[in-house]
Amino acid sequence: MSAHSTYQPRSPFMKWLEARLPIAGLIHSSFVAYPTPRNLNYWWTFGGILSFMLAVQIVTGIVLVMHYTPHADLAFSSVEQIMRDVNYGWLLRYLHSNGASMFFIAVYVHIFRGLYYGSYKAPREVLWILGVIIYLLMMATGFLGYTLPWGQMSFWGATVITNFFSAIPGVGESIVTWLWGGYAVGNPTLQRFFSLHYLLPFVIAGVVVLHIWALHVVGQNNPTGVEPKSSQDTVPFTPYATAKDAFMLVVFCIVYAWFVFYVPNYLGHADNYIEANPGVTPSHIVPEWYYLPFYAILRAIPNKLLGVIALFASILILAFLPWLDTSRVRSAAYRPLYRQFFWVFVAVCLGLGWLGSKPAEGGYVIAARILTAWYFIHFLIIMPLLGLIEKPKPLPNSISEAVLGKSGGAHPSFAAATAASEKRS
Amino acid sequence: MKPKSRPLALTLLAFSLLLPAAHAGAAEAEQPPRQKWSFSGPFGLFDRAQLQRGLKVYREVCQTCHGLTRVAFRNLAEPGGPGFTTAQAAAIAAEYRIKDGPNDQGEMFERPGRLADYFPAPFPNAQAARVANNGVAPPDLSVIAKARTYERGFPWFLFDIVTQYQEQGPDYIVALLTGYEEPPAGFQLPPGTQYNKYFPGHAIAMPPPLSDGRVEYTDGTPQTVEQYAKDVTAFLVWAAEPHMEARKRIGFQVMVFLIVFAGLLYFVKKKVWSGVPEHA
Amino acid sequence: MTTMSSAEPTRRDFLYIATGAVAAVGAAAAAWPLINQMNPDASTVAAGAPVEVDLAPIAEGQVIKVFWRSKPIFIMHRTKKEIEEARRVDPATLPDPQPDQARVKEGYDQWLVLIGICTHLGCIPLAHQGEYDGFFCPCHGSQYDTSGRIRRGPAPTNLAIPPYQFVSDTKIRIGAA
Repeated sequence: MSAHSTYQPRSPFMKWLEARLPIAGLIHSSFVAYPTPRNLNYWWTFGGILSFMLAVQIVTGIVLVMHYTPHADLAFSSVEQIMRDVNYGWLLRYLHSNGASMFFIAVYVHIFRGLYYGSYKAPREVLWILGVIIYLLMMATGFLGYTLPWGQMSFWGATVITNFFSAIPGVGESIVTWLWGGYAVGNPTLQRFFSLHYLLPFVIAGVVVLHIWALHVVGQNNPTGVEPKSSQDTVPFTPYATAKDAFMLVVFCIVYAWFVFYVPNYLGHADNYIEANPGVTPSHIVPEWYYLPFYAILRAIPNKLLGVIALFASILILAFLPWLDTSRVRSAAYRPLYRQFFWVFVAVCLGLGWLGSKPAEGGYVIAARILTAWYFIHFLIIMPLLGLIEKPKPLPNSISEAVLGKSGGAHPSFAAATAASEKRS
Repeated sequence: MKPKSRPLALTLLAFSLLLPAAHAGAAEAEQPPRQKWSFSGPFGLFDRAQLQRGLKVYREVCQTCHGLTRVAFRNLAEPGGPGFTTAQAAAIAAEYRIKDGPNDQGEMFERPGRLADYFPAPFPNAQAARVANNGVAPPDLSVIAKARTYERGFPWFLFDIVTQYQEQGPDYIVALLTGYEEPPAGFQLPPGTQYNKYFPGHAIAMPPPLSDGRVEYTDGTPQTVEQYAKDVTAFLVWAAEPHMEARKRIGFQVMVFLIVFAGLLYFVKKKVWSGVPEHA
Repeated sequence: MTTMSSAEPTRRDFLYIATGAVAAVGAAAAAWPLINQMNPDASTVAAGAPVEVDLAPIAEGQVIKVFWRSKPIFIMHRTKKEIEEARRVDPATLPDPQPDQARVKEGYDQWLVLIGICTHLGCIPLAHQGEYDGFFCPCHGSQYDTSGRIRRGPAPTNLAIPPYQFVSDTKIRIGAA
């Protein structure tokens, strides 16, 4: 997508096409010749995995829609019919429902990788913010999709989440009624949620294109956080990154298949196999696992409006991270203090997730309050302060130097390898 | 990553103190005992004879109050199920009266069941079910084995991913069916309920459904409450997940494929990168 | 990336070819559920089981329409005249040559059972209409005779006969040959 196209069409047809629509050149420059830092580790393969998961969700989703009926009286039955009667329907549904979880696992790895290596820092702010937008869209899509089977958790999850908006002073009730299309969650709600659940993945795909475009303008970050300076620092995307991505993608699929085929309902909730009943609330409402940390933050705050604000703030604060982090150094590999706080932050997020699954009572609430406070302290106090007080380790001059340093200084072989990689690209 | 760091160690310490303290707030519920199931694990299959006995228990005990409305008679003869022949399934179907119509006169009528029909519901609607059962409608049993579970708690819920323990639902159902006992002293049992050790809140509206010898087994299987409970539960697991055997069979094929594919890609990746040293 | 220094080009090529082949097999296997899900599901197949029809109430000269596998089935109780009309014509002169005897069950000449779908493009023809006193398709003007054979118009073949059998003199079972 940037201007380093070295593509030379060979056949007359490709020459003809390239003069009219340079699509082959675009693909070549974006996914073949594109220079990628040579030191990317396996944490960098999750972008490709996420693209794959988006495609899986869209394909299985389109197929499921061929059998699903978005109506309050028929939705639950149509899902059961998919599970029982449609050819491979059980497989398609389990792929889609577990696919959502896998999508979120991958996005969390991707986000935390970005946090660790400072991938949000200049000049990648827009790239990062586009990522936060994708994440928000994913959360919306996941929530809307969870409503569709019209089980008890679908119904009551939809009720609880839409009630967030009732916290808005003055107009809250009107907004919630507008969202529902009725006086409670019901058939109109299901039908509009279905419509939006079908729409949003394509919006995500659009923002993903922008995300990749921005990535190809500023280039990939890398574990050193030092920008590539010469062609010795990079390798062409194909075959190097593609081979690595493909391997990791298949490993990821093994985990995915484990859930789909062996524990397909593990990540779901038993109550969602009970058809929605507007007259009975399940004793313990929990969202899907990927929202649990935010659910814990919501419940940690005793005030309704402030709780909702804290919940949204906890996501939106990510968008401001490029300016909250004052450090000159990107990668946590050269930031001894930040590295430790990073892992503390990971532990806090996991802790919040666990607390989100627990009833909001007693010690759980106190623990959730402490961790919620820490969540915001991390972004608002630690990140700005660390940049001022932390003494980073000396940065390597280039990626090649960092790679060389690690190998213990085998100059000749390195020079030879560099020459070889030059020849290749 | 580098060796253990101080803030991290402190956090872990704080967590180890904080979380159990938080956990102590919740009352410990009685956990259902773990059963041995033929269908557990990556290669687990249904025991056909057990499913057939379970169907018998369902038909002779449960079906007066509980529907099985998402299960069709044809399912009884489908692969991976109780293993009836099509003729046997059709004979079972024919024992039911199915409401059909309207006919040419515009009237609804009843006819013997066919393979394409579903187990009929015992009550015409939820209100009728409630009024006939002391105000509590008996739930449909089609997906009950997936709709019931119990809390596993940390860290067991993590181990369950690896051990593939996902029979919490059936274990709970067996426990419930065998968990009727005298209420402990001082327990106020609401009228029209029984005390059940495993039911959340303990006061269950369903009277003890099973008793020794109530259903006749012809294959020599013990006619005990315990055995009936296990058999009908196994049947309900199949009813809730009729394609389980296909799922595990295809799953194994997919796993073998993916592992081979990943192995090949690993060597491809190694080959591709072989000229580039120390790429992390 | 066409050249690459390697001591064992054959082994490398084999690895790439094997990986590509496995990927192709995987893609094909993954595509199959996505394709097969569009086939009729198990409940649709089960609902397509044979249906029984009582012929007793059908008066001579009457045509009734029943459904089997969501298709309209015409059951025509033919009059003597209609049978005669159908048998008078020389089958060899027809667009889709077939004697009337081959289109009914032996001994049940008066009962004509047809799939009521025009063989042109799937419309439902109207009974007792058209120049041949049989069926007339209003969509594109195909004309069928009292044996359901195409006589004129764009339809290429005669109206199809569903699999059926007489379970008694006044009852047929459609769907089981």
